[in-house]
Amino acid sequence: MRSTITEKILAAHSDREHVTPGELINAKIDVIMCHDVTTTPAIDLLKEHGNLPVAYPDRVVIMPDHFVPNKDIKSAEMVAKIRRWAREEKIENFYEVGRHGVCHALLPEQGYVRPGTTIICGDSHTSTHGALGAFATGIGSTDLAAALATGELWFKVPESILFKIHGTLQKGVYAKDVILEIIRKIGVDGALYKTMEFTGEVIENFSIESRMTLCNMTIEAGAKSGIINPDQKTIDYVRARTSQPFEIVTSDPDAEYSQIIDIDISMLKPMVALPHLPSNGKAVSDVGDISIDQAWLGSCTNGRLEDLRIAAEEINGKKVAKNVRMIVVPATSEIWKQANREGLLDIFAEAGATISSPTCGACLGGHMGILAAGERCISSTNRNFVGRMGSPDSEVYLASPATVAASAIAGKIVNPNAYNQDKS
Amino acid sequence: MKGKAHCYLRDHINTDEIIPARYLTMDQEKDLAPHAMEDIDKTFVKKVSEGDFIVAGKDFGCGSSREHAVWALRGAGVKAVIASSFARIFYRNCINNGFLAIECSDASQKIQTGDILTIDLKKGIIYNETKNETYIFTPIPDFAQEIINKGGLMKTITEKVTS
Ligand code: SF4
Repeated sequence: MRSTITEKILAAHSDREHVTPGELINAKIDVIMCHDVTTTPAIDLLKEHGNLPVAYPDRVVIMPDHFVPNKDIKSAEMVAKIRRWAREEKIENFYEVGRHGVCHALLPEQGYVRPGTTIICGDSHTSTHGALGAFATGIGSTDLAAALATGELWFKVPESILFKIHGTLQKGVYAKDVILEIIRKIGVDGALYKTMEFTGEVIENFSIESRMTLCNMTIEAGAKSGIINPDQKTIDYVRARTSQPFEIVTSDPDAEYSQIIDIDISMLKPMVALPHLPSNGKAVSDVGDISIDQAWLGSCTNGRLEDLRIAAEEINGKKVAKNVRMIVVPATSEIWKQANREGLLDIFAEAGATISSPTCGACLGGHMGILAAGERCISSTNRNFVGRMGSPDSEVYLASPATVAASAIAGKIVNPNAYNQDKS
Repeated sequence: MKGKAHCYLRDHINTDEIIPARYLTMDQEKDLAPHAMEDIDKTFVKKVSEGDFIVAGKDFGCGSSREHAVWALRGAGVKAVIASSFARIFYRNCINNGFLAIECSDASQKIQTGDILTIDLKKGIIYNETKNETYIFTPIPDFAQEIINKGGLMKTITEKVTS
């Protein structure tokens, strides 16, 4: 019986020889990640149901990120409640402000994501961690409570779609452009309930960070998870961060997929997803003059070191346009410190951008850069839904860090310089 | 189960629209309910009565995993959502809360706002009393029905953990 990596991981975690798509299973969960917004309701549920204790405190990692440093009294109370509960339950892995970061950037960085494991979080972008060959999926607060109490959770084994990505990326075109193109092609429900597995030479050549960008946005095509077979790069990345054991699990060459989609990205241009769906992707060169009020660089999609380096190189001594506010939000404290050491933060500050502490912040309309009615923002985040970054009458355009930086300088949505130079 | 239909027939209605992030510092049904569907229809909570239904297109509840979307709708009195299809996490959240998510594209194409509907879960039929039509829906999977019958996932696992 030939299986995909996803089927193998789920089988191993439910004590089965193998599983097939559509089957319902209970799977053991290796890592349960908790952030500020969805954890407090889970705590209430555990208390309401006879004060259920956490079954395996050492498998729980808590990282408040959405509204931290706390933006108001309510969010402060929320995190205070989580802190109390963590102490009661003896959960040691708690990432306090100053050592904190956006959960999906922090979890792999701190070595909690290992190939072949199962990971859940009450957050839809948990799919990010499939980049390291784990089965990772987003769930709600009741699921979270159930998993905390039992260490396992019910799943329907998903079908997998295999994306074979070929070709060579042009200069100024990045993983973000690739995933925006894929979502444009298959639609926001193109992979509903399914796993998106990526393979091909483009993926092999991608850094781990680029692979995370790719898997992060699979949820924007409705997918249950995104996954990439681990290779030497994965092993090196994980080994540098944890001494915990892990097993390399990969798809059989003749595993069954519900669909195989071949994509050649050699002609792909820098992309921008117009409001109000991530699938509204267009080549930047085809959108005409769209002026912007804000450029936002950060999030679990594109707030990592690689992204900050690319954006800083794009800025390269230039100034943010007069009418534009550029906000840079390194995704974790470690990224912030490293960006500082490398002088990247100086480049942003000298250009006239402001730099925030790590947070989800305005990515979900929380704080640190909320949009007023009629305002337009180009953002390296993953969602451009109505009102996502503020007023229901504002607009969000999704793009790569290079395009965000280039647009901040130009005051309107433009191609990255790296792309233009290559063309001239 | 009988109530009035409120149609939002667009596809891909997301959880940011059902309950915007600006209210996510709260998690109680009663606090979330006044803001249900706010970014799609500011007047929704005024129009909805206890026991009513939302009817929608494809991929209802996509986007953020916030279970607050289910709580806001239930708090506002909504008894079930009828849609052509649901986004995965929203669907899970409905089951886990014992809240009804009914997949039926026929219904979502024919029902109009204001129609009076009766849902027969056992038979898998929606009766449209206003139009005198019936629509057959995909039966709720057994395991999900079991969780719903027990009153949600927490009740189910509490039995397991404490037995
Ligand atoms: S950065 Fe944005 S998308 Fe990522 S976890 Fe935070 S709010 Fe969600």
